[in-house]
Amino acid sequence: MINKLDLTVVTRQSIARDTVELTLHGFKDINQIKPGQFIHINVGSESNHMLRRPISIADVDQTTGTIVIIFKIIGAGTDLLSKVSVGERLDVLIPCGTGYPIDQISVNHALVIGGGIGVPPLYYLAKQLVARGVRVTSIIGFQTKDAVFYESNFAQLGDCYVVTDDGSYGHKGYVTSIIDKYSIDYFDYFFSCGPTGMLRAVSNQLQDHNGFISIEQRMGCGIGACYACVVPTNDDTNGFKKICKDGPVFRANEVVI
Amino acid sequence: MSLQTVLPGLQLKNPIMPASGCFGFGREFSDLYDLSQLGAIIIKAATKEARYGNQTPRVAETAAGMLNAIGLQNPGVNAIIDNELPFLANYDVPIVANVAGSTVEEYVEVTRAFTRTSNIQAMELNISCPNVKEGGIQFGTEPSLAKEVTRRVKEVSHVPVYVKLSPNVSNIVAMAKAVEAGGADGLTMINTVTGMQMNAAARKPLLANKTGGLSGPAIKPIAIRMIYEVRQHVGLPIIGMGGIVSAEDVLEFLLAGANAVAVGTANFHNPFVCPDIINQLPTVLEKYGFASVEDAVGKGHENANTYLPRT
Repeated sequence: MINKLDLTVVTRQSIARDTVELTLHGFKDINQIKPGQFIHINVGSESNHMLRRPISIADVDQTTGTIVIIFKIIGAGTDLLSKVSVGERLDVLIPCGTGYPIDQISVNHALVIGGGIGVPPLYYLAKQLVARGVRVTSIIGFQTKDAVFYESNFAQLGDCYVVTDDGSYGHKGYVTSIIDKYSIDYFDYFFSCGPTGMLRAVSNQLQDHNGFISIEQRMGCGIGACYACVVPTNDDTNGFKKICKDGPVFRANEVVI
Repeated sequence: MSLQTVLPGLQLKNPIMPASGCFGFGREFSDLYDLSQLGAIIIKAATKEARYGNQTPRVAETAAGMLNAIGLQNPGVNAIIDNELPFLANYDVPIVANVAGSTVEEYVEVTRAFTRTSNIQAMELNISCPNVKEGGIQFGTEPSLAKEVTRRVKEVSHVPVYVKLSPNVSNIVAMAKAVEAGGADGLTMINTVTGMQMNAAARKPLLANKTGGLSGPAIKPIAIRMIYEVRQHVGLPIIGMGGIVSAEDVLEFLLAGANAVAVGTANFHNPFVCPDIINQLPTVLEKYGFASVEDAVGKGHENANTYLPRT
């Protein structure tokens, strides 16, 4: 069930170029949160920011009762959000969307593939997988060295490959080139989140594997009522899915991206 | 204080209802609060067949509002009657069905389809959607077409028909008079204002559909002006809408001549905005010296009597 709550900003730090990490406190039922879900944040009044901003949940800490979100400053709304101070409160809808169904699948070795600002939700996913005894290999891609974040976080959970488009850090190329280069085929599920082009490439390359992808789209209500963020299903039913409610996580090839 | 409002076909506990397209068919919001609190619900537009709508992105934020180009996505009138209306019938709230189409025949067929259900109390004729290629807004910008489609729909409708007016016209009064002559039982106004926004980095419009409908506080003064003008010339009840975010905004619409209001885009900013406004409305009415909703209707006109229906 979605709650509308004021969460208090506990920490705020810049973790990479134009990339901000906030720790938020105040949601009591954080054990409800599934990896891959997001929060829908009010970033201003109706007269300056009518639409909330959907930001994925990057981590949940049961002991402190906090959640972590990571976002990139890409426009006026995220810029305003990045200037929030510790102690301030954010009006959020939490938790939104349908996450990775890790309790409904049997997985021994997971390949986690993230690109840019698609990396954050995969961190909580990877932690939850490791907590269930799953081996996790991760590939995280960024445009350039300054944009890299959470490498050590992922490295603590298993093998972690970092790749940059320009080769200024880690491997040069795309996340898909790592899969080829190291012949990574020893996983039973892949989990991916990132730009549409990357998800398309990953889904194509790994079409013989089971996997889940998480997709991004500009949203309106964030709860499934406005039909702004729909995606056609990849079958002959002429169906569609609501990204904010049925997703943002889908089975690979379930929807047309 | 009494918030009760009586309109053709609609016995409203209060004059607040979510606007069509901003509330789906109510399911998502029913997880957040009891829908029976609402004055009414105007459900998402129905067309004859299922429609997927436009490509994404379908929304873009603007100054004091947003653009949308959903494109009337809906499962088709029969699926709405069979799968959505029975759910809404669980609540003690009048339902207004929104009827869309691209030809007069489609409007008539959708209306006729709705006659097999007793789960709607009124219809809103959507002759003003700016986001469909054919029909829609054409009917809403040409008085003779608007009159004709209203007349044809009224012939088959089993419930009162409210016609939703487009603001994308130079003479809103002529449109209101035309649908009145076509037999409309009421007006809802205004629909969104056609607009566009550019993405500088991508050098192209922000919406996949290029143009969209502007909504939110940015269009409130347009709505107030149009309701004020129409109120002076047409006796039909008006459900006002366009940028309402607060109970103070509601009062403005009542003063301009609206009998009830719909809240649209604000539901995205605050999903609890309708119950919040319902709770605050008595205080706001009292603060400005009104004893009821009805007491405030049309009081913004210099001669408050000019809006009354002519006999």
